[in-house]
Amino acid sequence: MAGDNGNSNKSTDPAVQEMIAKAESMNVVTVWDRYEAMQPQCGFGDTGLCCRNCLQGPCRIDPFGDGPDKAICGATADVMVARGLDRAIAAGTAAHSGHARHLAHTLLKMAEGKAKDYTVKDGAKLRAVSTRMNIPIEGRSDNEIALDLAKAALADFGEKDTPVMWAATVVTKDRVKVLTDLGLVPKGIDYEVSEIMHRTLYGVDADAVNLLLAGLRCGVADLAGCYMGTDLADILFGTPTPVVTEANLGTLKADAINIAVHGHNPVLSDLMVTVASDMKEAAVAAGASGINMVGICCTGNEVMMRHGIPSCTHSVSQEMALMTGALDAMVVDYQCIMPAVVNVAECVGTTIVTTMDLCKITGATHVEFSEEAAAEKAKETIDIAIQNFSRRKNKPIDIPEIRTPVVAGFSVEAIVAALSKVNAEDPLKPVVDNIKAGNIRGVCLFAGCNNVKVPQDKNFTVMARKLLKENVLTVATGCGAGALMRHGFMDPANVDDLCGDGLKAVLTAIGEANDLGGPLPPILHLGSCVDNSRAVALAVAVADYLGVDTDKLPVVASAAEAVSEKAVSIGAYAVAAGLPTHVGVMLPVLGSPLVTEVLTAKVKDLTGGYFIVDLDPESAADQLLSVIDERRAGLGL
Amino acid sequence: MAQPKEIFVRLDRCMGCHSCELACAVEHSQSKSLYSAISEKPTPQSRVYVEWVPPDNRLPVLCRHCEDAPCMHACICGAISRTEEGVVMTNADKCIGCWTCVMVCPYGVIGRHLQEHKAYRCDRCPDLEIPACVNSCPTKALVYRTVDEFSKDVRRVASREMLSGEGG
Repeated sequence: MAGDNGNSNKSTDPAVQEMIAKAESMNVVTVWDRYEAMQPQCGFGDTGLCCRNCLQGPCRIDPFGDGPDKAICGATADVMVARGLDRAIAAGTAAHSGHARHLAHTLLKMAEGKAKDYTVKDGAKLRAVSTRMNIPIEGRSDNEIALDLAKAALADFGEKDTPVMWAATVVTKDRVKVLTDLGLVPKGIDYEVSEIMHRTLYGVDADAVNLLLAGLRCGVADLAGCYMGTDLADILFGTPTPVVTEANLGTLKADAINIAVHGHNPVLSDLMVTVASDMKEAAVAAGASGINMVGICCTGNEVMMRHGIPSCTHSVSQEMALMTGALDAMVVDYQCIMPAVVNVAECVGTTIVTTMDLCKITGATHVEFSEEAAAEKAKETIDIAIQNFSRRKNKPIDIPEIRTPVVAGFSVEAIVAALSKVNAEDPLKPVVDNIKAGNIRGVCLFAGCNNVKVPQDKNFTVMARKLLKENVLTVATGCGAGALMRHGFMDPANVDDLCGDGLKAVLTAIGEANDLGGPLPPILHLGSCVDNSRAVALAVAVADYLGVDTDKLPVVASAAEAVSEKAVSIGAYAVAAGLPTHVGVMLPVLGSPLVTEVLTAKVKDLTGGYFIVDLDPESAADQLLSVIDERRAGLGL
Repeated sequence: MAQPKEIFVRLDRCMGCHSCELACAVEHSQSKSLYSAISEKPTPQSRVYVEWVPPDNRLPVLCRHCEDAPCMHACICGAISRTEEGVVMTNADKCIGCWTCVMVCPYGVIGRHLQEHKAYRCDRCPDLEIPACVNSCPTKALVYRTVDEFSKDVRRVASREMLSGEGG
């Protein structure tokens, strides 16, 4: 690629390439340098054949059969690999549900009058969710309902008389039966995480298939955590509606106080955005044109979806936002924040502000956030950025002139509202009819992260390009959405170029019915990583409409550049929901032929879903297309 | 003539991770990829052996390619020879699987391939500039150097230690 500074093997995003070159010229060590220094990575870990779960270990099993074929305790390769995978699912579930629990506590404090800076922004959603949870709504105030809903949410974490309600009420009736028959309905979200830790302890579960089923059940608990996260965030901060904005490093402004919110939970970032809008005067007094909030990773998606805040960059390139030298503060909560940001920040003079007790980073400034004093704490962090701006004045900065138009904000409610403009009586009919007629061949969800092992965004963009041309309706979440937005896949102007004729006609018809003066964007942005729940909600709505279960739909998912254990737990619930789920990097399971076989084939007989591991985006897209066709044939289409 | 390079072990460095063994097996597979090599037949074999020296020392041991190689002298069918680069090689076509080389090797680094019925050992990775085991070592316990280079490093460390003792 011309003008890529030789960095196209690291990132396919030209803005990121520019910053990698700058980092190299300044001798700033970044993720790509650390990755190179880490080579070669350990083959035992890579194949899942390393166990450190007890103090007799570490144990490694020789995949070539020359050395040990069992751990010291006698665990086989199958058991070792299944245990490792289970712990990854448990970690991912703990993280998503930790995010949801934080929201539940915020809702509770708000309802009890202890968190005055939070209100119910979407009363209709509060009522809809509460009805689903069997909480009375008639004649009750927002706060009364919210109090009950928050308590119901918190109750879902432990064992109780009912199963996890955020799992049992969000899938199709048939799916509840499938999951019940397989023993995959979670008892409590924390219960399942805790049980995985128990059963993977020294000398407990030593049956690989039993371990994998427990992993899937924990995956269903992860769906509950994600779904709850989305529901409660929508209630507290508003359900997203379509919004026009921009993405990439060019959204930073040289003359403004640039603050990046990075991490996941809108409990912090949404407040930051609100408070920042009231602090323009202080910014101007400091000599700036104003405050420019930008997002990184999923909390960026949260504030983009609800407020149109631009996304600065995502995932693997988070250090590159700092390399511009234009960020005055990076305010983080938790998850996916590389500790290395403090080292890069030190080189360029940005202040990293940590805000959560569970996520402190040595070298960062810590401002402990609390829901009770949310606005005050948000103001305190913004003040840090304003002070830092005075230091930055007259120092050289490099903001790549690269910005991509983005239309985001496609909650399920927003999608249904847009479809109602086409058919008010029967909103899903236009989509389902087009699926039946073949104008829409199927649906694909892109989710997950950017992995340093893949040239950034390459797998997402290569696959999306192919699927869109083949008329696959495509939605995206998390840093997968981030990748695709930075490459123009959420710009309606690119529909002509990217989409096949059938899909183009559908996107245009919906866009025109909504007076957008053009089509919807080629790919619909559903939100952050917890918002994979929105994809499930959409699939369930279509399945209910067709009167089939989700494992019959021509719907597939892809975590094309996955990193986090959260991506593993999402994959687990996608498979439990019956979706063929592509992963574009290697999962640490190849050391066990049995586990590999179960995940990629045998589980299909149980849930209908299964993993497709393919590191080549071209052939991965082909595989997804043939799976979509197989599903269409199954439906008689 | 330039000094040939040897695979040396820095005795205090090995963490016992067995990465060299995996890398060696992968390099001696058909696919040269860990992910595919695992399921290949014949099963790729490692030619380097990480040994445990109780209580807490580990050491990778591999063919030293002895200048006066006992295995080469002992091989009854002339299967073992030395290449121009000084690498002692077993010609699998000639090997009859009598294991005489195994008996005489002072290091115990010649293996028996159960599927191919042949002896095998380190071939110094003829296709690679740096042997796979050396490249895979996370602590650089394995190094690929000439005797001169390796000894010079040892002398440098020894001199420093002698002088620091002198300076007190």
